[in-house]
Amino acid sequence: MTNQRAILAVADLSVDLGGRSILRDVSFNLYPGQLCALIGENGAGKTTLLRTLLGLISQRAGTVLIDGEVPRKHRALVGYVPQKITFDPDLPLRTRDLVRLGLDGHHLGLPLWNSRTDAAVDAALQAVGAEDFADRRVGELSGGQQQRAVIAHALVRKPRLLILDEPLANLDFGSANALVDLLGKLIAQQQMTVLVTAHDMNPLIPVMDRLVYLVDGRAATGTVAEVVQPEVLSKLYGYPVSVLRHGGRILVLPDAPENADVANLNRCAGH
Amino acid sequence: MLAFLSSQPVQTALIVGTCAALVSALIGVFTVLRGNAFAGHALADVSSAGGAASFLLGISPLLGFLGMAWIAAFGMEFLGVRKARERDLATGVVLGAGLGLSALFLYLDVTTTSTTGATVSVMFGSLFAISRGLIWPAILAVLAVFSLVGVFYRPLILTAVDPDLATLRGVSPRWMGLLQLLVLGLAVAVCALAIGAVLATALLIGPAGAAIRLSRRPGQAIVWAMLFALAAVWVGIWMAYESYYWFSGNAWPVSFFVVVLIFVFYVLAMLGSAQHRKLRRGAATALPGLQES
Repeated sequence: MTNQRAILAVADLSVDLGGRSILRDVSFNLYPGQLCALIGENGAGKTTLLRTLLGLISQRAGTVLIDGEVPRKHRALVGYVPQKITFDPDLPLRTRDLVRLGLDGHHLGLPLWNSRTDAAVDAALQAVGAEDFADRRVGELSGGQQQRAVIAHALVRKPRLLILDEPLANLDFGSANALVDLLGKLIAQQQMTVLVTAHDMNPLIPVMDRLVYLVDGRAATGTVAEVVQPEVLSKLYGYPVSVLRHGGRILVLPDAPENADVANLNRCAGH
Repeated sequence: MLAFLSSQPVQTALIVGTCAALVSALIGVFTVLRGNAFAGHALADVSSAGGAASFLLGISPLLGFLGMAWIAAFGMEFLGVRKARERDLATGVVLGAGLGLSALFLYLDVTTTSTTGATVSVMFGSLFAISRGLIWPAILAVLAVFSLVGVFYRPLILTAVDPDLATLRGVSPRWMGLLQLLVLGLAVAVCALAIGAVLATALLIGPAGAAIRLSRRPGQAIVWAMLFALAAVWVGIWMAYESYYWFSGNAWPVSFFVVVLIFVFYVLAMLGSAQHRKLRRGAATALPGLQES
């Protein structure tokens, strides 16, 4: 696998926004067919990293290469699913129309009927299991269905890299599991490469190949076994943390201060 | 009916009214999609200052309305406010300043020129009193709006749906925003000429608002909006003409009838879509029961 060219190569990336340093020396590679999870708390820099990968923000230092080119040159290779799009219930737009905009929304002229376009739209709808609500307005759909609609919008141009920002954040357990299954299926059936951000890594553990763990703009990268280690994460956080594993689930917790007495701990737990 | 159609002011009113209905329906749908109804309303109101100034400068009122609408549009765009609440504030401030100018110009119109009735015709329109010379400029404005929207149809819709998705397709939301304000200004000018600056909003927002409730596709919404707007304008003109006989020689203003009809259409569309949704929900809950039996 490593003799293939990386679909995404990030090297020593540093990004500033409004004079503040948001990302510092982030490096990782992503190879075709992998699922990479970008894990971090709110404010760790996940969305900034994604927007830089998409060429929407420019970096202060370092490089981002998508299939060997700068992001702006390779827009068609990347499909992006933003964190949350609010569709007004009255928006006169069917799921099918939203997907079609992913294919030709940047074209000039009126959208005329075209059997090739129709076939591509149908294929994208089918890939995410959205056939049942293809002709309903996107604003009327549930959160999970809307997300599938946006994924189909991103998939319809057959990107090689699919980037999803916090896709699990607003979903119940059932929809979250269904989405994780869907991502696994896309990788297996369409040779897609997937980059997903999340603040909880657990739902993604069964499908992820690699992980980029972001803390305050700095990253540790590798497999779960390599990165989710007390020594690695303590260094990243800058204070001691423990990693608890239980039944295939992982919990990262800051260590209790050594001088904390039991009463103090109890009081904290009570709040 | 023949007398109605052969009257020259009625012909002019029908042509200019049709222009206003078509552009406002088209642009109205994009304005409502983008959640820009208040900005559209403000542009129309502020354009009254241009209409009022046109009497002082001796230029075509269409140019007056258009000039002021564009100044206000670009003013709002360059205030460049991104948060919805701040955008409303900026719009409100521009609106207030514009109406203040309008008050001054209308005062000067009435005191320094011989234009009696300038206030009513600028603010509330006088469709039967439009000069025939304005027919071609109005038609040109409509053609400009239709060609621009025709060329940029898909990027405009994609931007209205979500600016980030548009950026990723290489469409600049900023340029699309400017384009939309440009055509909105043209639409506002034609509407203000037809039914007055203050009432232009009704034509811009009402038919589009009603149409959106009844449509599942943007193109369908535009067609519905055009039907509503044309019906309101045509029937409104006819009613105003006939009202001369209803009220023993005192015809009521066209704008009044147009606006009332738009309101009626909007309420009917709301009731219709609510009823439709109730029926659909009813069908959805009834189905599992049917499958069990």
